[in-house]
Amino acid sequence: MSALSVTGVTKSYGRTPVLAGVDLHVPTGTTTALLGPSGCGKTTLLRIVAGFDDPDAGTVELGGRVVAGAGRPVPARRRGIGFVPQEGGLFPHLTVAGNVAFGLPRRLRRDRGRVASLLELVGLDAALAERSPHQLSGGQQQRVALARALAPEPSLVLLDEPFSSLDASLREDTRRAVVAALRATGATAVLVTHDQAEALSTADQVAVLRGGVLAQLADPRTLYRDPRDLDVAAFVGEAVVLDGDAVGGRVASELGELVLGRECPDGPVRVLLRPEQLRLSAGPGPRARVCAVDFYGHDARVELELPSGRRVSARTEGGDLPPAGAEVAVAVSGTAVPFPTGAPTPAPAPATA
Amino acid sequence: MLLAAAVAALALVPLGHIVVAAAGVGWSGIADLVLRPRVAELLVNTVRLVGGAVVVCVVLGVGAAWLVERSAVPGRRVWHVLLVAPLAVPAFVTSYAWISLLPGFDTYGGALLVVSLSYAPFVYLPAVAAFRGLDPALEDTARGLGLSTWGVFRRVQLPQLRVAVLGGALLVALHVLAEFGALAMLRYPTFTTAVYDQYRATFNGPGATMLAGVLVLLCLVLLLAEIRLRGARGYARTGAGAARTVRPVRLGALTAPALLALAAVVVLSVAVPLVSLVRWMATGTSAGLDVATLATTTGTTLALAAAAAVATTVFALPTGWLAVRRRGPVATLIERSTYLGSAVPAIVIALALVTVSIRLVPGLYQTVPVLLAAYAILFLPRAIVTVRAAVEQSPPLHDDVAASLGASAPARLWRVTLPLLAPGIGAGAALVFLAVVTELTATLLLAPTGTTTLATAFWSASSALEYGAAAPYAVVMVLLSAPATVLLSRDVLPAARRGPTP
Repeated sequence: MSALSVTGVTKSYGRTPVLAGVDLHVPTGTTTALLGPSGCGKTTLLRIVAGFDDPDAGTVELGGRVVAGAGRPVPARRRGIGFVPQEGGLFPHLTVAGNVAFGLPRRLRRDRGRVASLLELVGLDAALAERSPHQLSGGQQQRVALARALAPEPSLVLLDEPFSSLDASLREDTRRAVVAALRATGATAVLVTHDQAEALSTADQVAVLRGGVLAQLADPRTLYRDPRDLDVAAFVGEAVVLDGDAVGGRVASELGELVLGRECPDGPVRVLLRPEQLRLSAGPGPRARVCAVDFYGHDARVELELPSGRRVSARTEGGDLPPAGAEVAVAVSGTAVPFPTGAPTPAPAPATA
Repeated sequence: MLLAAAVAALALVPLGHIVVAAAGVGWSGIADLVLRPRVAELLVNTVRLVGGAVVVCVVLGVGAAWLVERSAVPGRRVWHVLLVAPLAVPAFVTSYAWISLLPGFDTYGGALLVVSLSYAPFVYLPAVAAFRGLDPALEDTARGLGLSTWGVFRRVQLPQLRVAVLGGALLVALHVLAEFGALAMLRYPTFTTAVYDQYRATFNGPGATMLAGVLVLLCLVLLLAEIRLRGARGYARTGAGAARTVRPVRLGALTAPALLALAAVVVLSVAVPLVSLVRWMATGTSAGLDVATLATTTGTTLALAAAAAVATTVFALPTGWLAVRRRGPVATLIERSTYLGSAVPAIVIALALVTVSIRLVPGLYQTVPVLLAAYAILFLPRAIVTVRAAVEQSPPLHDDVAASLGASAPARLWRVTLPLLAPGIGAGAALVFLAVVTELTATLLLAPTGTTTLATAFWSASSALEYGAAAPYAVVMVLLSAPATVLLSRDVLPAARRGPTP
C-alpha cells in the first residue's frame, strides 16, 4: 500500500521545464529520500505534494485519494501533510509550545502534556516549551519544527533539506533524532536532500531525481552497489570507471582481471568500482603512481595515476600511507559493475566524494 | 493591487496639479511668471543654502559617525544619543531659539547654521548604520596591506558608505528645499517661503503654482542626481558568520580636539535651543500660562496625529504588501510613485490640495479629511518602509507551514500574518504620529478655521514676536518627539526616515 503515489507529474515555470514526468511511490511507514543536484526539481516536487503548488499534468494520490490532477486540487490545509521547511520555519511570535500545538484543534492546544510528549519524541527537554524560537540552536529549531509537523498525526511528513543549514557536528545528532522520531511514530516521510551520505544513511529508499525525471528508485545499498547507470553511480558516491572487454563474466582492465557483479553480454564495457575496493601495496600487481594524498584521520583518499594517464581514487585506512610520487601496486577486492558501451550511457559527471 | 494603485494616485495628486496648472497657463505665461529677476534671486538663495547645508551635514554627519563608531573617543554611547537629539527639536523651533537670542541672526550664515544643525542627523544616522554594517575584517585586511587609519577611511570605509551618505544627503537637500518655518522666521527667502507669501498675497494665483513648479523641478533633479550617483552596484558582505567586533582606533593627542568638536556640535544644535526655550518658558509663564488653551491644542494635535497615523498606515499596507509579495514592474512603479509624491515639499502638497478640493469638492475645503490626506501623502513612505520591512520579515513560508497544519486562510491571517506584521505596523504608525505632531506647513494652509495644533499655535505666537507665549507649545512638541528620538538612536533604522518632514 502506497502512502503517496506521484504519477507523470510535470511542472514548468514560464518556459523552463522543472519536472518532466515524475513517477514516485512511497510505501506506508517508510522514509524516502529525494536526492538530486541543486535545481533538479526536488523542492518543486515536494511543494506539489504538499499542495503549495499545482502540477501542470499528472496526479498525486495520498493513501489512495487523488489530491491533485483530477478536478480541483485539494488545498494544502486539507491534505493532512506535515511539512518541515529548510530552516525550520518556526513562527517567531509563538513560543516552542505555541509552535508545536499550532496544528492541534483548539481544545488540545493548551494541553501541556501533549506538547511535552511531542518534544520528548524528538529528543528535546520539555523545559524548552516556554522558550522563543530565537533562543534555540539550529538543531533544536529543526526538531521543534518536526514536532510541530507530527502533532496533528499526519499521514505523510515532508522534510525539505532539514539538515543542510546545520553545522556538521549538530547535523548527525539531529539526523538521528529525526529518524528515531519518524520510526517511533511509524510516520511515512519524504526527505529532500542533495547530500548523498545523508540520503543513504537516513532513508529506506532513495529516489534519484535528474533533469526533472526519476533516474532511479532503489534501497540505499542497491543504489550504491548496483546503480542503473554511471551518472547515478557518480552522483551517489565517488566512482572509479575503467574500460575493458567483457568475456564470460570477467573483464580485463588496467587494474587486472576483474570479476563482474552482474550478468553482462560479451563485448566492450565500462566497469564501475568504488574507491574503497582499491587496495594499495608494495607487492606485485598492476602499478600506479601516487599523485596526492588527502588524510582524513579515520581514512584517507589517495589519488592515483594509472599508466594510461587515467586518474582514479582509492580510499584506504589512514595507517600506512604512501608518499606522493611513490609507485604502488593496486589490487581490487570484490566485484565490478559492468555497463556495456554498446548501449549509449551518459558520460559520468565529475565524481564527488 | 487596485487599492495600492489608488494610494499611489493620491500621492501623485500634487504633481498632477502642477502639471495641469502649468498646461493651463501655457508656455508664454510660464515664461512671464518664471523668467523674472525675483525668481533668479530665489534660485540663487535656495541653491546656495541647499548646497551649503549638504556639505556641512555630510562633513558633520560622517565625521561624527566615524568618531562614535570607529574611534576610541570617550563616552561614545552618550555622544550617539546627543547627536541624534536634534531630531526631537523641529527646525522651526531651533530657528526661533536662535533668532530670539540673537535678533541679528537673519543672514545666510544663520540660516545655514540652523538647517545644517537640524538636519545633520539625517546623514549621521545612515552613516552610523553603514559603519555598523561594514565588515571589520575588510578594515583589518586593509590595515594588513599597510594602509593608515586615514587610508582605511578614504579607500575602504568611504566607498562603502557612499550609498548611505548619498541617501542622507538627499534627505537633507529635500528637507532644506521644503523647509518653511525655520527660514521664514529667519527671513531668508527661498522658493518654499516665496510660495507661501504668494499664496497669502494672491490666495491661489498662477504665480504661486509656477513657483511651486520650479520647486518641484528642483526636487526631481535631486532625486535623479541621487539615482545616478548611487549607481547600480550593491555592497554585500561576502561570507556568512557573525562579524567580529571592532577594535576602536586610538586618538591619542587628538582626543581633546575630537571631544571639543563633538561638544561644539551638541552645544550648538541641542544646548542652545533648549536653553533658549527654557528661558522663554520662564518669561512666558511669569506673564501667565494659559493651561486650558495649551491642553486643548495638545489634545487637538494628538487626535489629528492619531487619525493621520491610522489613515496613513492603512494606506501603506497594500503597497508594502505588494512590494514584497508581488514583486514586479507594476509593484515597483506603485511603490516609487508614493515616494515621488512625498518628495514634493509640504507647501506644494498643501497648495495642490487647496485647489483640488475647491475645484472638485468645495465642501471639503479646510476640513479634516483633506488635512489627513496631506499628512498621508507627506508621510506615506515612513509607513510603507516599515510595513515593507515587516512583510520581508514574514516570508510566505510561514503561510505555507500554517496551511499544511490545517489553518484556513482567515485563520492564517489572524494567527500568523497579523501577529508577525504588528510590530512593523506599529512602528510605522508611531513614526507618522510623531511627524504629524510637529508638522507646520501643510497644517497652516489646510487646517479648518479655528483648529490650532501645537505647531500652528507656536507659529502664530512667534510670528507676532510673542516669544514667551510660543515657548510652552515648543516645549510640548519637544517632549512628545523625545521618545521617538531615543528609539531612533537605539536601533539605527535610517530607512524609516525617507521622505521630508518640513
